[in-house]
Amino acid sequence: MAALYEGYTLCGLVPGQTLTNSGIQGIEAERDSDHVVVTDSTRSVTLYKVSDQKPLSSWTVKQGQTLTCPAVYNSQTEEYVVVSDNKVIRIWKDEDILLDKAFKATVSSDVWRVHCLPGGEPVVLFQRGAVRLLDSLLSAPQQPIEEVLAQEEAIRWSTNIVADSQQFVIFTTEQKGDSFLYLHRLNPNTLQRYRLEREEPGLSPLSFSASYRDKHICLLYLYPNGHVYQSVVSVRGLGGDEGAQALPLPRSLLLGLPVGEGLLEAASAQLLDEAHVAVVGVPHPSAGAGKDFLCIWNTNFQTLQAGKEMAGKIYGQLWTFSNKLFIPHGKTLSVIPYECPKSSLASALGKLKQAKTEGELKQMSCVPSWNNILHGDKAQPSRPAETRKTVSNFIKTKYLNFSVQTAPVEEVQREVEGLLSRADIQDLQPLVGQLASMLVSRSLADPAFYTPSTLAQLVHTQSLCHSVCPDLVLLALERRDFFLCQLCLQFFPDIPEAVTCACLKAFIRVVIKTGEEDKEKSSTPPEPICPVGLHKAVLLNEVLLTAYSDTFLLPHLKDLSSQHVVLFLQYLQFLYLKYSQDASPQMHGLRSPSLTQIMDWVCMVLDAHFTVLVMTPEAKGLLVNLHSFVKSQVRLVSELGKIEGSLQELNKMKVKKDVGQYSIEIIELF
Amino acid sequence: MGEFKVHRVRFFDYMPSAIRAMAFNSHTERLALVRADGALEIFNFADHYFQEKVIPGQDGRAVEALCWVGQRLFSAGLNGEITEYDLENLRPRYTVEAYGGPIWTIGSNKQGTLLMVGCEDGTVKMFEILKERIQFQRNLERQKGRIVSLSWHPSGTLIAAGMMDMIRIFNAETGHATHRMLVERGVGASKSREVVVWSVAFLSDYTIISGDSAGKVQIWDGLTGTLVRTHLVTKWDVLCLSVSQDESSLIAGTSEGTVVQFQFISSTVDQQEEEWVRTRTFKNHSHDVRALAHTETAVVSGGMDTQLVVRPLLDKVEKNTQESAMRKIALPHRSLVCCAKKAGLLLFQFPDHLEVWRVGESDGHGKPGDSLPVKRKPEKLIQLKGKGGDHIYSSALSPCGEWLAYSTVSSVRLYRLQYNNISITKVSKLPKDLCLGHQLCFSSDSTKLFASSRHSSVIVVALNQLECKYLHTLKPKSGSRQPVHLLCTSEDGKWLATANTDCEIHVYDLHKRKLHCTVPIYSSCPTAIAIHPTTSHLVVVHADQQIFEYSLVQKEYTEWSRKLQKQGLHSLWLERDTPVTHVTFSLKNPAHIILHDMFMFCIIDQSLPLPESKTLLYNQMTLRSLPEQERIRHSHAFKICKNFKHVMCVSLLEDHSLVVAAEPVLHYLSEVSKRAQTTLSQFAGQYIHVMGL
Repeated sequence: MAALYEGYTLCGLVPGQTLTNSGIQGIEAERDSDHVVVTDSTRSVTLYKVSDQKPLSSWTVKQGQTLTCPAVYNSQTEEYVVVSDNKVIRIWKDEDILLDKAFKATVSSDVWRVHCLPGGEPVVLFQRGAVRLLDSLLSAPQQPIEEVLAQEEAIRWSTNIVADSQQFVIFTTEQKGDSFLYLHRLNPNTLQRYRLEREEPGLSPLSFSASYRDKHICLLYLYPNGHVYQSVVSVRGLGGDEGAQALPLPRSLLLGLPVGEGLLEAASAQLLDEAHVAVVGVPHPSAGAGKDFLCIWNTNFQTLQAGKEMAGKIYGQLWTFSNKLFIPHGKTLSVIPYECPKSSLASALGKLKQAKTEGELKQMSCVPSWNNILHGDKAQPSRPAETRKTVSNFIKTKYLNFSVQTAPVEEVQREVEGLLSRADIQDLQPLVGQLASMLVSRSLADPAFYTPSTLAQLVHTQSLCHSVCPDLVLLALERRDFFLCQLCLQFFPDIPEAVTCACLKAFIRVVIKTGEEDKEKSSTPPEPICPVGLHKAVLLNEVLLTAYSDTFLLPHLKDLSSQHVVLFLQYLQFLYLKYSQDASPQMHGLRSPSLTQIMDWVCMVLDAHFTVLVMTPEAKGLLVNLHSFVKSQVRLVSELGKIEGSLQELNKMKVKKDVGQYSIEIIELF
Repeated sequence: MGEFKVHRVRFFDYMPSAIRAMAFNSHTERLALVRADGALEIFNFADHYFQEKVIPGQDGRAVEALCWVGQRLFSAGLNGEITEYDLENLRPRYTVEAYGGPIWTIGSNKQGTLLMVGCEDGTVKMFEILKERIQFQRNLERQKGRIVSLSWHPSGTLIAAGMMDMIRIFNAETGHATHRMLVERGVGASKSREVVVWSVAFLSDYTIISGDSAGKVQIWDGLTGTLVRTHLVTKWDVLCLSVSQDESSLIAGTSEGTVVQFQFISSTVDQQEEEWVRTRTFKNHSHDVRALAHTETAVVSGGMDTQLVVRPLLDKVEKNTQESAMRKIALPHRSLVCCAKKAGLLLFQFPDHLEVWRVGESDGHGKPGDSLPVKRKPEKLIQLKGKGGDHIYSSALSPCGEWLAYSTVSSVRLYRLQYNNISITKVSKLPKDLCLGHQLCFSSDSTKLFASSRHSSVIVVALNQLECKYLHTLKPKSGSRQPVHLLCTSEDGKWLATANTDCEIHVYDLHKRKLHCTVPIYSSCPTAIAIHPTTSHLVVVHADQQIFEYSLVQKEYTEWSRKLQKQGLHSLWLERDTPVTHVTFSLKNPAHIILHDMFMFCIIDQSLPLPESKTLLYNQMTLRSLPEQERIRHSHAFKICKNFKHVMCVSLLEDHSLVVAAEPVLHYLSEVSKRAQTTLSQFAGQYIHVMGL
């Protein structure tokens, strides 16, 4: 499950007069993952050390001159390259203090961008589409530059990519509402032009992002209507007839993002890896229409993985370098570390779902939150302190891993508690999964070791799921820790039917062992008597509430003994009667299954054991009762069916328009 | 069952006329009702409110008041004439000029010996009711100002007369006015206007109740001439009053469309003395309530919005029964549309003219629910204006579409139509015997015209290109004097069936030219009859919604009919409150009987099981929602289609497409409103003219 961690501020912004511009022209990587070069939209270039949140040095052009492209760092020569006033290329080194004294060369045509990849050679892309290696350009700065683009065609975005030691300059253009993609390969030079499929008229892409993988260049682009498309171009087939014709570029819809009201204006989508896209300036699906969110979406499952509200205006700019997102918003440029672990289906079920169930669970849960018990409503640590801690968590993790493997129960408990109490559990999802599986495997290996409260705490974070640590439920069953079982059933979205059934069996067995005394206590006949005690009922209810697919559940249900089946059916019958009598379906704050869930289970248990039940004398009365329930249900459904027809007819009647004085109609009588 | 192509015809813009006056005869339980166009209608309240008789009106005849004297019915109007109706031959019997200017009101004494009318010139005129006619007897003391309303004290000694600004009490013996009670005018601007006492009622305890144009219902002591109590019930006019027979309840109709009930009860529990207390208000009309009748169990009201409303009083009837349901009678209980099946023509009957239309065509096919593209639009071929000011009673178009006949109270007219270049020729020489035609009908080969005549007889006339020849008269043996209201022939030309308001159904063998049989008499009046084209079974539907099938060959009820009677019709079928007005058959499927009332049409499939009491009668929706294989299990004989409202005609053309003439309700209601406005202005104009204002 991808996660966004607590961010921090890199620098303040001086937004443009109109507030539509963040004041930042570009951010480029410098020597390592902790250094970036930030070029503002007017005159200065600043080098930052990211983890220290401070500038190392800064260079400015003279008043009256403007930087027209973001500065890039040439790691081979340890030089910076920037273009001022479109035509003047400036090159300087770290130790140069004044830009004006650095190397300058004026070229004959306007430059769009200089691109340089770490380890690669700087490339100059001219506004009219021509591409030159910086070295060859500087050897004859005034050399004529050809026009590649058509008259009204203009570059919108560009990047460069090294693929199999081949360097590519990729840029997109727009001409009269049509968008084109150019792939320029250097050494040997080839150019291929593609035409992007048209979206709704008047819509052109808001942002592009390109990546290279498996011998293909992958282009991702976002439209104002929230559609994120991906186009894949093979680098092999390039060449051939050069730029003669724009080939159509096939695309596939990766995501349809919610756009709220109206179209997106300032938004950007960046590929993070094969399966994840970071999007900024798009509303959070469960937080209304506000567009000031940074979200990570899983493109394979189309699920929202993480989301963060960004204070202040979003400019639709987003950069990503080495697991950090750089976002200008409001008056700050924030750095937000993120993580995109390999996605599993369970974790991809996504934040959306979890956020929802969390709310529900809070209402229904009779088990108080552990955090509340431990810390009460104590205020959470103040924000700045938190940011510091986040960083240190990573260091802590390593140590924790070690202690979990070896330390005695008490210590593990203390350590984990300490970790979880840090309030930013959401950010620790991968860690929680790791911890849980380590604890489980250690418990399985060492019968003396078991940390029920720690495991319960981990489950309670709701960051766990069955597929992350598949042995947890079985371990809990083995140790007869029914409370943990209940928690797992409650919080895991992906418990396999076999495990559900194992839980059911275990629960019923407990019921039978202790059930007798409960029965004797209650003796008033008019009320239906609950065949099981209260907290067993709670456990069984938890099973009834679990999601399942009946084809998978049915074979496992068959393993139940007939005695168990009768008792379970009695309990289901009790629930049914209780529900049909009570107007309010909620039983005193317990998590209770719905009527349809009960009926589904009744049907399934009957399906699984019908022949056995028919032969069992004590089940006879039960079957007769159930038959009458089913009959009443069938009647109800058929009555509803009748109403359905009339309601549909009512619907149709509304649209019936006035047909005037005469019409020839077809009617059908049945 | 299958799909039907339906010509949905909405251009028959028939509009009933406003209700002007009504009178209820509690002995025979007949309600007489007169409309603004002068048409008289008789409803049998004992037989499901069936409209059994209609006497068409006449141009310029405005009837203001109606009065039953025993079984005899009199009317008077602003033309100054008193008319007695011949309810057997459905025509005015005679007319007497009262010589007192326009007549506003008519009444009789309890004994039924004297008739009195209130005239514009301020006289109350007495007429002696003789066996065959009425004879002027005398005038009461002449007053200044018109006599708008009259009521005779049950003892016969005193008469109360509502006038302008006052009520007069006359001594019936001497003819002198004994009391003068001044009626207060309305407040404000209407202070300067005379108040019209639209209605008075003289009760046996000498209480007089009046309703006036200032919106008051007033209670007076008739002996002393003093005002007892005033109830202001509306801002506008109280137009009519009606008192129940036991004088314990009184209703007043207002021009706001409401009916207000008063009851003679003690106003508090411990109080012994009873008084008139306003109890209920009914709002069933959109416009003026011009006429009221207080039957034993119900309030009957009618007015500008043309609907007759029967509102049962829930303290007088058993609740939640059919009897307690309110009825609105909006359309006539007889067919005003005649369909020439072979020619695809429709004849529409209006009070004063006829229209012949050709239905449209389409060549498309479509799914159920679709509207097909109309290739040829429907076309009005002929509009024929009635002659002589008499309104049309009955009309018929021959199946081939070439003959058109219509009748008025005074004559029968026959026309020959040609369509290749449209022409209409009147057949000038009609046989003398053909002077009355309550019902008209052509044989299926269009060679004969049948016209029902006096005493339920039927005149048979042969038609050919050259002449129109009287053949013979068919007479029932029963000697009934009632008119025939239903007439039909069989497809093969062998049979002719008639039904009269004595509930008799006679079937004649046309080949033998004599009565073949009389169907056993059923207590409820037939509302539609038809003879099956292949089996020669007569299907009869009665006002109580019962359906019978009678084999003409065997002269007995058919097996199916017996089964239906044995099992009984579905309760929902019996609860419908509009009669079936037309029955027809499908040539394609002989087991199908097609019939309709105002709100639905129904195809009865005799091959299917009858619906049992527990099955869903209106099951088309359910069947639609079921998969095809299951439908057959759930379907029953009654296929009811409720897609259409205000159905005036359902007929099957030769190409098996259905013609449904129905009015959209919205259109209908807006028309009522529009009509009411124009009528109101006409009405006001008329009054201003009459009153000399």
